[in-house]
Amino acid sequence: MRPWKFSLLTLAAGAVVFALALAARSDYLFFAGYVVLQFIVLATAWNILGGYCGYVNFGTAAFFAIGTYTTVALHKIGTNSGRYLSGTAGELLQPLFPLSVPTLVILSGVVAGVIGLGMGYLTLRLRGVFFAIATLALAVVLQTLVINWDFVGGSRGAYIIRDEGLAVAGFKLGYIQYLFAIMLLLAAVALSVARLIEGSRLGYGFATIRDDETAAEAAGVPTLRLKLIATTISGAFMGMAGAPYPYYIGYVEPAGTFGLPYAVNSVAMPMIGGTTSWAGPLIGAMLLGSMQQIATVTISSAVNLLLVGVLLVVFVVIAPNGIIGLVLDWRRSRGKP
Amino acid sequence: MTAPLLEVKGLAKRFGGFVALEGIDLDVAPGERLGLIGPNGSGKSTLVNCVCGTLYNEMGTVRFAGQALDGLPAHQRTHMGLARSFQLPRPFVSLSVADNLRVPLLYTVRRRSLLISSPADLDERCFELLQQVGLDGKARRRPSDLTQVEMRKLELARAIAAEPKLLIADEAMAGLSHSEIEDIIALLMRLNAQGITIILIEHIMRAVMSFSQRLAVLVSGRKVADGKPEDVVNNPEVVRAYLGQ
Repeated sequence: MRPWKFSLLTLAAGAVVFALALAARSDYLFFAGYVVLQFIVLATAWNILGGYCGYVNFGTAAFFAIGTYTTVALHKIGTNSGRYLSGTAGELLQPLFPLSVPTLVILSGVVAGVIGLGMGYLTLRLRGVFFAIATLALAVVLQTLVINWDFVGGSRGAYIIRDEGLAVAGFKLGYIQYLFAIMLLLAAVALSVARLIEGSRLGYGFATIRDDETAAEAAGVPTLRLKLIATTISGAFMGMAGAPYPYYIGYVEPAGTFGLPYAVNSVAMPMIGGTTSWAGPLIGAMLLGSMQQIATVTISSAVNLLLVGVLLVVFVVIAPNGIIGLVLDWRRSRGKP
Repeated sequence: MTAPLLEVKGLAKRFGGFVALEGIDLDVAPGERLGLIGPNGSGKSTLVNCVCGTLYNEMGTVRFAGQALDGLPAHQRTHMGLARSFQLPRPFVSLSVADNLRVPLLYTVRRRSLLISSPADLDERCFELLQQVGLDGKARRRPSDLTQVEMRKLELARAIAAEPKLLIADEAMAGLSHSEIEDIIALLMRLNAQGITIILIEHIMRAVMSFSQRLAVLVSGRKVADGKPEDVVNNPEVVRAYLGQ
């Protein structure tokens, strides 16, 4: 299927999901669905570097938090524009504030993408476990910076007061429905980008990096440039996933935003779904995300990480290539390539 | 006199205190078939790695088609027409046999948009290359399904896919049977007839002697002989160091 057809199909599927969620008339569905969609974006973003290129990134929470705190900072500037936007440049910028959530998503993506590029430049000469440790260190460094950055609330956190609802193209939507729609669109875009990469020259290059970097270079693949592209795209999507979060949760603080669940989930979901295809993170995120939401309301949110851990161990043992790998093995056993 | 395609002058490489290569001078003329031999640990693969950019040399210069290669990453050297096969085959295991060839075609021969992947002419070229090495029946298989000789053929086909001016075949025949060696030699001869200059690194003397127009010998990181194969194998230093007494 051509990439543009896939994108249209993904958007159509997103519209159907949104219509069904509206028809269900349950705010909870939007709250829970938002989290699942957020993990689809995070898992897809992680997979661009971790799955396609084979570089395991434990810094998802850092990029997610970059998006979150970009929103917090710009929201604060927007609500006090008279104070923070002074001088000629400030007066020119004032009419742009307060920024809409889609604008914040794009700006967060740019900031996280640039930081992803920088991180890539500093760390991509490292491989394997050393790279993974470096990404974890990035998360720790950024968390320390945010804790000490008073403008965004520091360690005490920051409150974001959102509107009750808003009208989009004549439709009156509750704010959570609006955020759900934004995350749905973002998930569709992330999946389309992942699918586009997978079948492209870039995707072949990423696969060779995952398989054998020395052989890739010998085949003419500019591995360092491609890895920088991967860290930038991956970081940008993670940042975009974090941008609407302050409006969703209402209160953000560093311990929660840089929390372990983001790093663990975004690694586990593609691993369980399968890392070599765009569908793997989607399947993993839907499966794990839904299970976690069910566990949260039926048992306790404390079992979420336990669920992830148990499933990850099970899959590593019985299906190291994830659900997609199981399907491909089954097809191959039936003589289909 | 024709200008050399590859010029190596005073090349040196150390690993800590170990001198892997010292003062290597080597010229290879366009269209030539050069055999490079030497005992294990003599520095053959290190020399290839320095020429191809997998390792950087501390001293000396490498020029290819008149251009200095020093400091250039491996992929740029491949773009310039310098391709290699590895001593131990290193296929892209997650890609099919045909896709293994698609990579150099996409990145070396047809460098256009990063988002374009599979025009029909690429598929056709992949098939031609696979036919050339006798792997056309296995285009959609994974490299893990291939035999030893097929894996080596894939390794050579991937190097050829980059449309090189110079191909360095690093022990392309190791572990193969008599008839399989004949297959590979015939393939290399065909490539050479198409105008590709070839450096063959090999331990199998029968293959080296039948293939090479010129032979260079490395011993303990130094070049001890360079000349016609029949003269080189009778060189006393080569006999002492390489063939034994």
